[in-house]
Amino acid sequence: MYSEKVLDHFSNPRNVGEIVDADGVGQVGNPKCGDIMKMYLKIEDNIIVDAKFKTFGCGAAVATSSMATELVKGKTVQEALEITNQAVAEALDGLPPVKMHCSNLAEEAIKSAIEDYRMKNGLIDEDSSCNVCCKRCEDVHHAIDVEE
Amino acid sequence: MSDRNIYLDHSATTPVRPEVIEAMMPYFNQRYGNPSSIYSIGRDSKKAIEEARQTVAGAIGAQPREIFFTGSGTEADNWALKGAALANQQKGKHIITTSIEHHAVLHTCQYLERNGFEVTYLPVDIDGLITPEQVKAAIRPDTILISIMFANNEIGTIQPIAEIGKIAKEKGIIFHTDAVQAMGNVSIDVEGMNIDMLSMSAHKFYGPKGIGVLYVKKGVKQSYFIHGGAQERGRRAGTENVPAIVGMAKALEIAIANMDNYNQKLTALRDRTIREIEEKIPFVKLNGHRKDRLPGNVNFSFDFIEGESLLLLLDMKGIAASSGSACTSGSLDPSHVLLAIGLPHETAHGSLRISFGEENTDADVDYLMEVLPGIVQRLREMSPLYEAHCKQQETQVTV
Ligand SMILES: Cc1ncc(COP(=O)(O)O)c(C=O)c1O
Repeated sequence: MYSEKVLDHFSNPRNVGEIVDADGVGQVGNPKCGDIMKMYLKIEDNIIVDAKFKTFGCGAAVATSSMATELVKGKTVQEALEITNQAVAEALDGLPPVKMHCSNLAEEAIKSAIEDYRMKNGLIDEDSSCNVCCKRCEDVHHAIDVEE
Repeated sequence: MSDRNIYLDHSATTPVRPEVIEAMMPYFNQRYGNPSSIYSIGRDSKKAIEEARQTVAGAIGAQPREIFFTGSGTEADNWALKGAALANQQKGKHIITTSIEHHAVLHTCQYLERNGFEVTYLPVDIDGLITPEQVKAAIRPDTILISIMFANNEIGTIQPIAEIGKIAKEKGIIFHTDAVQAMGNVSIDVEGMNIDMLSMSAHKFYGPKGIGVLYVKKGVKQSYFIHGGAQERGRRAGTENVPAIVGMAKALEIAIANMDNYNQKLTALRDRTIREIEEKIPFVKLNGHRKDRLPGNVNFSFDFIEGESLLLLLDMKGIAASSGSACTSGSLDPSHVLLAIGLPHETAHGSLRISFGEENTDADVDYLMEVLPGIVQRLREMSPLYEAHCKQQETQVTV
C-alpha cells in the first residue's frame, strides 16, 4: 500500500535526531491519535541550514517527517511556510488516502517550529500565534461507510 | 528485504493443510454435482456434505442436525445474533455481550441497537476476563441472549465459558459463543458447557477461507437467515460450497486428533517468547491473561513506539505479525480490546501480536529474538516520547 519512496524514507529516514542548539522547535500531534512529530530547525540569516526530527507514529508519519526535513533544508523561512501537506505527499509519490493526515502533521510541524523561532526572536507576539494542532484528530478518512 | 519468511500471524489465518487440499480437490471438477440434484454425482456431493456435518458435530459433541454451514465465521456470528434477536423479540429485547468481542459480534450488536434492541457490553478486567457473577448481575427479565466469545483474537484470553453456560441455562437464556479462535485449541463440549449456539471458521484451523459453521442446539428459537432453496434445511439457502465444506471437516478432524501435541508445542513457543521479551526488552507489558490464554498467542505493548512501524520493520526482516494500532485498523482509534483492558491510547498504539502455529519452531523464536530488540530500540531512538522519558529520568537523577 505504500510507495517505494515512502518505504525508503521509512526504512532509511533522513535527519533523525535532535539539534541541541536549535533556533526553532515544534511538536505537533497527540499520543492518543498515535502520532507525534517533533521538528528541530537551525536557522541562519532567515535560511534553514539544518533540520532534524523525532517521530512516534506509523510508517507514513516517519516518512513524511523525513521528507519534510529534506524539503525545508536550504529554504528561506517564507519558502518553508509555503510547503503544503500536498507537497510533502507528492514528494513521496503519494500516500494512501487513510494516511493523508500524516502529511498534515508534517506541514504543521514545520509551521510550529518556525513559529517557535519567530517567537524566540521577537518576530511575532504570542497573541498572533495559532494553535497549529487544531485540525488534527478530526481529519480522518474512514475506510468504511457509516450505516444509519 | 529479507530472505527469511516467518509467518507469526496464525490468529489472522492459517495455511491450508496438504491433506485438506487433497480432500477438497475431487469436488471441484470430478464430483462437481449439485448436492440438490437427484442423479449420482449430485448424490455424491450430498453425501460428502452429510459426512462433513457428522465430523463437525462429533468435534463439539453435537448432533449433525444441529450443524449449519455458513460462508464465514462472520456470517455465523451475524446469524446467531440477528436470528435469535428476531425470533425471541416477543419475550424481550435485551442482549448481553462483552466489550472485547470481534467486530463480527460487536458491529452486529450495534446494528441491533439501531433497530430497537438493548445491549449490555460487560467490561473486562486488566487480563481481559469477565466473571460469571458479572453475567449473572446483568441478566434482566427481558434478556433473551448472552453472547460471549470463547477466546479473544487479539490478547488470547479464554473466558470461563462452562460457568457462564450454567448460569444461562439456569435462567433459560440462549447462550452463544464465538469460538472462531478457540476451535482446534481448546476442547469444546457443547452439552457439558451448556452452549446453545457456537460459531467457528475453517481458515483458523488450517482449513479453507470463506467457510464457517453455526451450531444451533435443537429447540433453540432461531429464525431462518438466508431465504431461498432448501439447502441447510431452508435456514441458510444457497448451493453449498462443497469443496470448502469437505475441507473444513477434514481440517477439523486433524485438528481435534492433534490437539494435545499442538497445544504443547505452541504453549512452549509462547511461554519462551513471553519470557525472553520480558527479559530482553525494557518498558513492555504483556496483554491478556498469563495462563488462561490461547496456546499460540503472545501480545505485548512496547512503550514509546507505534505498532505499524514495528510491523513494517519486522516485515522487512521477513517476519509477519500484527498489531492493534490505529494505523493498522483504518481509523484513528487503536484496538477496542486493548482499550477495554485499560491500556492508555498511546500504549495501545504500540502493541504487537504474535500468534504461533503448526510450522513454527524454536529457530523462529531464535530469529525473532535476534531482530525484535534492535527494532524496538531503533524506533525508540526515533521517538519524541522516549526522548521525553529519558530527559525526565535524567532530571530525577540530578535533583
Ligand atoms: C473471534 C473471531 N470471530 C470472528 C471472526 C471472523 O471469521 P471469518 O474471518 O471467517 O469471517 C474472526 C476472524 O478474524 C475472529 O477472530
